[in-house]
Amino acid sequence: MADRTLMHMTAARLRDAIARREVSAREVAEAALAQVEALDARVHAFNQVTPDLALAAAERIDRMVAAGEDLPPLAGVPAGIKDNMNLLGTRTTCSSRILENYESVYTCTAVQRLLDAGALPIGKCNMDEFAFGSSTENSAFGPTRNPWDLERVPGGSSGGSAAAVAARMATVSLGSDTGGSIRQPGALTGTVAVKPTYGRVSRYGLVAFASSLDQIGPFARTVEDAALVLQAIAGKDPMDATSVDEPVSDYIAALDAGVAGLRVGVVTDMLELEGCAGEVRASVERAAKAFADLGADVGEVELPMSRHGLSAYYIIGPAEASSNLARFDGIRYGYRVPDAEDVLDLCMRSRAEGFGTETIRRVMLGTYALSAGYYDAYYGQAQKTRTLIMREFAEAFERFDVLLTPTSPTVAFKIGEKASDPLAMYLSDVYTIPLNLAGLPGISVPAGLCEESGLPIGVQIAARHFDESTMFRAAAALEGALGLDMTPPLVRET
Amino acid sequence: MAITEAEVRHVAMLARLALTDEQVQHLARELSSILGHIDEIKALDLAGVEPTAHAFPVRNVMRPDEVRPGLPRDLALANAPEARDGAFVIPRIVGAEEGA
Repeated sequence: MADRTLMHMTAARLRDAIARREVSAREVAEAALAQVEALDARVHAFNQVTPDLALAAAERIDRMVAAGEDLPPLAGVPAGIKDNMNLLGTRTTCSSRILENYESVYTCTAVQRLLDAGALPIGKCNMDEFAFGSSTENSAFGPTRNPWDLERVPGGSSGGSAAAVAARMATVSLGSDTGGSIRQPGALTGTVAVKPTYGRVSRYGLVAFASSLDQIGPFARTVEDAALVLQAIAGKDPMDATSVDEPVSDYIAALDAGVAGLRVGVVTDMLELEGCAGEVRASVERAAKAFADLGADVGEVELPMSRHGLSAYYIIGPAEASSNLARFDGIRYGYRVPDAEDVLDLCMRSRAEGFGTETIRRVMLGTYALSAGYYDAYYGQAQKTRTLIMREFAEAFERFDVLLTPTSPTVAFKIGEKASDPLAMYLSDVYTIPLNLAGLPGISVPAGLCEESGLPIGVQIAARHFDESTMFRAAAALEGALGLDMTPPLVRET
Repeated sequence: MAITEAEVRHVAMLARLALTDEQVQHLARELSSILGHIDEIKALDLAGVEPTAHAFPVRNVMRPDEVRPGLPRDLALANAPEARDGAFVIPRIVGAEEGA
């Protein structure tokens, strides 16, 4: 009988317990698979569970233990992988009908690095189709449910990766973040969620959404675990020319440095935005006070251009997506209509039948924004807005070391609540989008539970390009000061 | 900004999407609503501002031009809806009357 209580341990503790032979990697893999068996019928965090891959990886770790070898940093740590990252031996579906049967033919660099660090791949996590969405309702295979309240969304698009960690079916997971797709579900599920600096992690093997914005990053239940995962996956990759050849700092060494004297800027005009829930605002203020109590130098800053980020993003994101998704043509891979008359008919009907509603909406929006007569008015204008947003951040980072904002304006909403209103859904990412446009790193840290609903609230900490160390340091200090228990009721009950 | 059904059909052709009439009607409404929100960006005075395509400066990445193994052909074809003789099979693209 598998011991599912192992799934309450952090990645750092699991590895140490395996190294000390208190538990085997196989027992940890079995615990994770048992937790999936117990909960995933209700949560639906996974599109595909991979017991064979997990047990094989565990066996490798247990052989290393038996041989007395040094263990890698994530040895025996159960990991979920968003279903837009290729992993040999799994399908990579992007939660789309058009890729429903697509078998990975190579492994994504970030996933390979995670496995090289000793992680056990538990499965491929559900997502909004092609990462278009903020609720994981846009999956062709059905929504993921929030472990805190099964009637609510886990956020998105990396909702499966977030829910898997929140429900203790994986200890850590990988997501991808184009406009908030890691941080927003992190906030809504009470997990720690990181979007690294653009270029910090290779995108090779990640199915592209918007190539100038996409970045892979971790989910975990502690800041330390998130730092361990980023440490493992970060760094230059010859297979991704946009990955940056910048030394990877020792994130773990930075965690205990404290925040005395650290300059923390509270972004006040973001708190004033219409639609920001009172309790979300209160959580940011509570976090700011915690920083001040720890000796940080807390001040206020405004980022007025960032309010135009949402418009810029809903031009740039769909524009890049419409181009990236041109590869789904029904010819080389993916769904093909059986009765095409000619190549054009084959392409047009395979795409229309294979793509879901939101994917079609984004491709249409992007194609429109790039089309003759509208390019300058939309795409050109959005790119210039991006310049001003970057400039505004650069000025803010002259005065502050980190910036503090909400992660998302609301707690997790009900399944179906925003499904028919694309604009309302898009507003979910209003605080996360500016960092993608500027290429900056950001982390969502649990900052409280809503008094009325008991649902998690997250705050976002942003740092300078490639200064994830300071971001983690501030996040670890906040986590320690708040001392929250982020165990969902579902996990307590089972 | 309102987008007409005729514009939706034009964009759908550019995007290679065979939409139903119902989808065209929905999209005309939805895209108009989304663009109505996004249009605020057109009013910003951005004269003289340089556009940004990439979050920070990157230079051309060079490497020696060496022969290295790529994706083997059987793997490249592994997910093909239809493959034959080491190639993707597609419907005829040259008219029958011009055929060989």
